Amino acid sequence: MKRIVHKHPLAIRWFHWINFPVLFVMIWSGLLIYWAYDPYKIQIGDYTLISFFPDGFYKALNVPRRLAEGMAWHWVFMWLFILNGILYVGYTFISGEWRHLVPDRNSFREAIQVTLYDFGLRKTQPPFIKYNGAQKIAYFLIMLMGIGSVLTGFAIYKPTQLSWLTTLLGGYEAARLEHFVLTVGYVLFFFIHVWQVIRAGWQNFQSMVTGFEVLKPNDPDRPLMGKPTDNQPVEPSEPIDAPVQTVNPSIRPTLS
Amino acid sequence: MSQPTEPQLPKDEIPESLVRRRMIKSFGWFALAAAVPVGVYEWITHSVGAQGIKRPFRKVLEANEQVARTYFSDNHLVRTFPVEQATKKARINGYDGLKSPIPEDWKLQIDRKDNQPLMLTVDDVKALPKHEIVYEFKCIEGWSQVQHWGGARLSDFLEKYKLGTRSGNAPNPDNTNDLFNYVGMETPDKGYYVGIDMESALHPQTLLAYELNGQPLNAPHGAPLRLIIPVKYGVKNLKRIGRIFFADEKPRDFWAERGYDYYVGL
Repeated sequence: MKRIVHKHPLAIRWFHWINFPVLFVMIWSGLLIYWAYDPYKIQIGDYTLISFFPDGFYKALNVPRRLAEGMAWHWVFMWLFILNGILYVGYTFISGEWRHLVPDRNSFREAIQVTLYDFGLRKTQPPFIKYNGAQKIAYFLIMLMGIGSVLTGFAIYKPTQLSWLTTLLGGYEAARLEHFVLTVGYVLFFFIHVWQVIRAGWQNFQSMVTGFEVLKPNDPDRPLMGKPTDNQPVEPSEPIDAPVQTVNPSIRPTLS
Repeated sequence: MSQPTEPQLPKDEIPESLVRRRMIKSFGWFALAAAVPVGVYEWITHSVGAQGIKRPFRKVLEANEQVARTYFSDNHLVRTFPVEQATKKARINGYDGLKSPIPEDWKLQIDRKDNQPLMLTVDDVKALPKHEIVYEFKCIEGWSQVQHWGGARLSDFLEKYKLGTRSGNAPNPDNTNDLFNYVGMETPDKGYYVGIDMESALHPQTLLAYELNGQPLNAPHGAPLRLIIPVKYGVKNLKRIGRIFFADEKPRDFWAERGYDYYVGL
């Protein structure tokens, strides 16, 4: 017998994997559009630190002179992005899944500990149930960013019909910059996310496909079991769930 | 503040064989589902073209237009700015339709169904009430610029000369059945041409412009008369209007033929 933990509901897995190609199309077509007027850069004094984007970057990705094509992709797939996002947020609310996602007052302290652990400056990572504090903050933020992208997107798309929205976001030019910055945020998120998924290993990754993880009784990196309490000493060598298994393997832990 | 307690994740004990079977099943579905975006991409890129872009895109852009037209309103006005904020040097971004000199015998020609074409001068347009607008001109490329234009409302013009209707009466926004669906415009050399839906043409901020920053238009800006239509991207703001006509079918449109959205309503 294997002990498994049901980690990701089916709906969440669908939303996640639908979002992946859709967001990719939005970012890529956004780049085709951005190319036609690409003024953004990060400058310190007169020194340009980063230019969005150098010609070589465009050429390597075959971006130039595809504005019309980019707009077509963007204005078609935006509907899928919005629909998938609404369903995702709606589902997390109705199912109660939001309890795993919305950061609480402990999340920020926990996120610092997780970060220290990630950089090898701390031996243990704090216990968590589904997502650690850093994950909660990241996943909640990315959801807010999605809403931000839709709002700033519509502010650029219909600046006259929705002029209240464009004005609220600081005007047409500001909304375009905000839309761009959010996109840079997604790209940064993507790289960190993939790096973390690789680090977390196969069990974690496959759970985004299968929904469940097989629990190893002696895995210090996944303190999933038991209710984490602040005063509980975190002992990496001692599995938190061990007593349940050793006393009577057939007893299911109660779900709180 | 009390915190909602995060529930534990549900756990199960299942035979190893079942674990394996579930994994295989999930990954099988995953691989199958991964074929969907590949199929969609192949389907789109192998579709026949429709005016510069693939047909599925054109269809959705047309559906987007229908959505946008449900909330288009004459009461939704483009934001205006104090005249001091207007740029002194308005950007010139294209010469299509302007590659020959302005015809010396230039007249604005307006085609009418049962009549001779109407031939008008700039003075005829200037006889109408003058309106000025300082607004953010928006190019489809992404840049925008606060510009100051002056001219007559296109809606006033259509009313004065009883144009744009099947009946030959002045357009009445309450009697949309009498209105043609589209206004078409082109330059004298027919090198540039646009089609505009009638609602946008009748929008109170749509102007037949003859002034920029209080001065008569120069040739690169569209002298002697051009369209300023703030509810559209710059591509619809035809310079040096030679001919205006009305139609129920979409008039040909220079940039729509090159793959851009036809409506481009802002």
